[in-house]
Amino acid sequence: MSDAAVTRPTPSQSLLLRNLAVFAENRLAAGSAILVLIFVALALFAPLIAPQDPNATDLFRRLQPPAWQAGGDWAHVLGCDALGRDILSRIIYGSRVSMLVGATVVFIATSIGILAGLAAGYLGGWVDTIISRTVDILLGFPYLIFAIGLMAMMGAGLGNIILALVYKEWVIPCRVVRAETLATREQEYVEAARALGASNRHIMLREILPNILSPVIVVSTIRMANVIILEASLSFLGLGVQPPTASWGAMVADGRAFIMQAWWVSTFPGLAILLLVLALNVASQGLRDAFDPRFHE
Amino acid sequence: MTAPLPGYLLEVAGLRTAFHTRAGAVRAVDGVDVIVRRGECLGVVGESGSGKSVTFASVMGLIRPPGQIEAGTVRFDGQDLRTLSPRQMRAIRGRDIAMTMQDALTALNPALTVGEQISEVLEAHDEGLPRRGPARRRAITDRAVEMLRLVGIPSPTERLRQYPHEFSGGMRQRMMIAIALSSRPKLLIADEPTTALDVTIQAQVLELIADIRAKLGMSVVLITHDLAVVAEHCDRVMVMYAGEVVEEGPTQAVIGDPRHPYTKGLLASIPRPALRGEKIHPITGQVPELINLPEQCRFHSRCPEAGLGCLARIHMQSSGPGRKARCIRLHDGGEAHG
Amino acid sequence: MAEPLLSVTGLTKVYRGTPSIVGRLMGRPTLEVKAVSDVSLSVERGEILGLIGESGCGKSTLGRTILRLHEPTRGGIRFDGIDVSSLPPHEMKAMRRRMQIIFQDPYASLNPRRTVADIVGLPLRLHGLARGKAETRDMVAAIIEKVGLKTAHLDRYPHQFSGGQRQRIGIARALVSRPEFIVCDEPVSALDVSIQAQIIELLSDLKRDMGLTYLFISHDISVIGYLSDRVAVMYLGEVVEIGPVQAILERPRHPYTQTLMSAVPKVEAQGGRHRVRLMGDLPSPLDPPSGCKFHTRCPLATDLCRSQSPTSQTLGIGHHASCHRLGEDLNLQEEVTA
Repeated sequence: MSDAAVTRPTPSQSLLLRNLAVFAENRLAAGSAILVLIFVALALFAPLIAPQDPNATDLFRRLQPPAWQAGGDWAHVLGCDALGRDILSRIIYGSRVSMLVGATVVFIATSIGILAGLAAGYLGGWVDTIISRTVDILLGFPYLIFAIGLMAMMGAGLGNIILALVYKEWVIPCRVVRAETLATREQEYVEAARALGASNRHIMLREILPNILSPVIVVSTIRMANVIILEASLSFLGLGVQPPTASWGAMVADGRAFIMQAWWVSTFPGLAILLLVLALNVASQGLRDAFDPRFHE
Repeated sequence: MTAPLPGYLLEVAGLRTAFHTRAGAVRAVDGVDVIVRRGECLGVVGESGSGKSVTFASVMGLIRPPGQIEAGTVRFDGQDLRTLSPRQMRAIRGRDIAMTMQDALTALNPALTVGEQISEVLEAHDEGLPRRGPARRRAITDRAVEMLRLVGIPSPTERLRQYPHEFSGGMRQRMMIAIALSSRPKLLIADEPTTALDVTIQAQVLELIADIRAKLGMSVVLITHDLAVVAEHCDRVMVMYAGEVVEEGPTQAVIGDPRHPYTKGLLASIPRPALRGEKIHPITGQVPELINLPEQCRFHSRCPEAGLGCLARIHMQSSGPGRKARCIRLHDGGEAHG
Repeated sequence: MAEPLLSVTGLTKVYRGTPSIVGRLMGRPTLEVKAVSDVSLSVERGEILGLIGESGCGKSTLGRTILRLHEPTRGGIRFDGIDVSSLPPHEMKAMRRRMQIIFQDPYASLNPRRTVADIVGLPLRLHGLARGKAETRDMVAAIIEKVGLKTAHLDRYPHQFSGGQRQRIGIARALVSRPEFIVCDEPVSALDVSIQAQIIELLSDLKRDMGLTYLFISHDISVIGYLSDRVAVMYLGEVVEIGPVQAILERPRHPYTQTLMSAVPKVEAQGGRHRVRLMGDLPSPLDPPSGCKFHTRCPLATDLCRSQSPTSQTLGIGHHASCHRLGEDLNLQEEVTA
């Protein structure tokens, strides 16, 4: 048998503020969010922060080790790659590609997903059938192989990476939005809006959307980590941005040949991917907990 | 019908239960005394937030953090329940005291058949069963069928194999009563047993509880927001407001001649067809938040009779034979406001 | 005689469940639930028609179908001389300004992400009833004060209010566009007794001040009896009895109405009251009984009742009931308990 229900007093702040307060109290999540913000700052201010020109080659510094190892120096803290380029500077510049691809893909995919999900969930009928079947079909393809295929058809390049990833990425927010819309559609305040004479557009965008945004934001944050990994994988395979533009995935690939004698060439960009993805995942879990009232005590 | 035995079955004194939240401590139950005599039916009336459910969840030892019992004694059948270990408490809960919840659908386990749920209680609490083997299983099934028959469920043998969702709301409430009664408890605490039910089904369930009380000679605490239900089914009534008992006494006396302004207001709030065309006089305002309450009458902000004297701590005082109320104006304002 | 404000003739609402693909291949018939079955009634301008029945009887569906929140399957709805049932969408939108609804659950019926000013101002914006933001806000502020809230509340969110206050917000939203007809769908059922009385008073004051007409849906006979001018009783999608409130309360004629009346606990009654016992539960609307739908639970049922559905008979001015045994003028309470 369940315990007796307990009534709580009504707090007097807005829902969003309360959620953010809960989020800030979760130290791990807040720390991760700060780490993500640091990466964002790195990407934005790369020219100001990077100690060296990321593309300047210097064959005398070929595979120079990090500063704390014999043969290293503090001008190139994390050492240099096979062309003598500064690894730290390339990681800093490389964050621009990861961030740009991650943010753009997730933003476009989420926008499409929200519209498609709302239409499928609220309007139902043949609209739902078409959207849901498309989603099912796209989900049937393995993501990376699908993207590789598209890239092979369209050719490498930043714009094409974004396209190749959006092609399938919208499916995920779409499914979340559709499920949430189906539940929210039955709420009485939606019926109230209908009783007042509101249009479908008003109901979808003004009554339903604000109430389903939190799970969508949480999912987007998690997906951003995934998209960053996918971009790195494509770049690793040589299908991403073209050299000499620095990209973490390509850097890991470059260092592969020297992994025995110069571990730092692959390891540091790999660590950067790991850190950013981990930070995004932890932060998104914190967001989910903060937005879900069941976790509030 | 068994005559009520002398003495109290349940005696709660000075119970305080608080919930510690971000905003502060919510004093949901603040110095509550309860007495339940053997064989009697006590009605506990109050609105949401009055502390009526939390009081009895405290008696059952069902308060979990952030809730905490901060003071008080709970004597049941000669034992102090608050000194018992969790293990001893579990033995009492379900065997000697049983509780039914308002929402039978969520309170029953959806994954187990009704038979399995009754058997669980019997396994845990019934010492009169054969030790082991097929004889034990047969005895348990027989008892389960007997319980379903007692609560008026047709074709009980077949029904044992069904799951809670296969029953209607009224049937589920009966089922929960059957599970609660299968250990033949001395005290049944029924928390809003009929709130979720239609009137015709409500009448069936309340009559069922009354019948069984007469047959088994147990005591019943009926927690409800409905004074009419209390008027028809309870020997004594206890009215709660904002975590305190404000009035208690024999049902007929309290409902026929309420002494506390809150009880009067509550009775005046019930719309009655007889009052058609006349204005009803609802209690104005709302229940105060139970955080940082000052030492004063908790009803005074809504009370039509309030005066300066109400801004002090008010104690229960006698208001007639066997009855008490928490109001300083018991002996003066009565006629003026009649 | 002037035309009633609202008249409904032969209104039927059937829900069709789509069977699974496997079911369709195997030629299983689609599931049909007749939630509202051939209902005819009218509401005069300025009156309150009470609609009573137990959960699942279709009273809520009837209210929503009248407003075309659910599309009627068959039947006509005339409002102020206009055939609402066949209006195209844009004309229906304009009609919605004049016909409104107040919901039961004050928690679910307000969008948690919008402020009170947004929620209450929505009808004004949708129907272009105010010129500019300032006028919208003035009109919202005026109605908010009329329902007993303060203008200081305008920029708060629903979760910052108690249940009673939320219900006031819902009432303000329904009334801000100056409608003539309101479906009140159990507007006080989710509230505490003292708050219930406040809202009932508010609704009857507003009706008088604004010249409103209500279809008041409730399962609570006390509330219906106090407020309504006429009462319609529903059972399994059908109106089984309709008449002036005094007739329905004092001399109900349909056996179901009689049972319903006797099942209500009353504060005045102190036990020992004769009560018509209704056996069993509401039959499944998926598989309604043949003949008179009440025959499975009716103590007076005969073979005729089981095979043939009764037609409506006139019993007095505006008093109609559908029962085969009306002619014998039986009083169940005496009949069964004698």
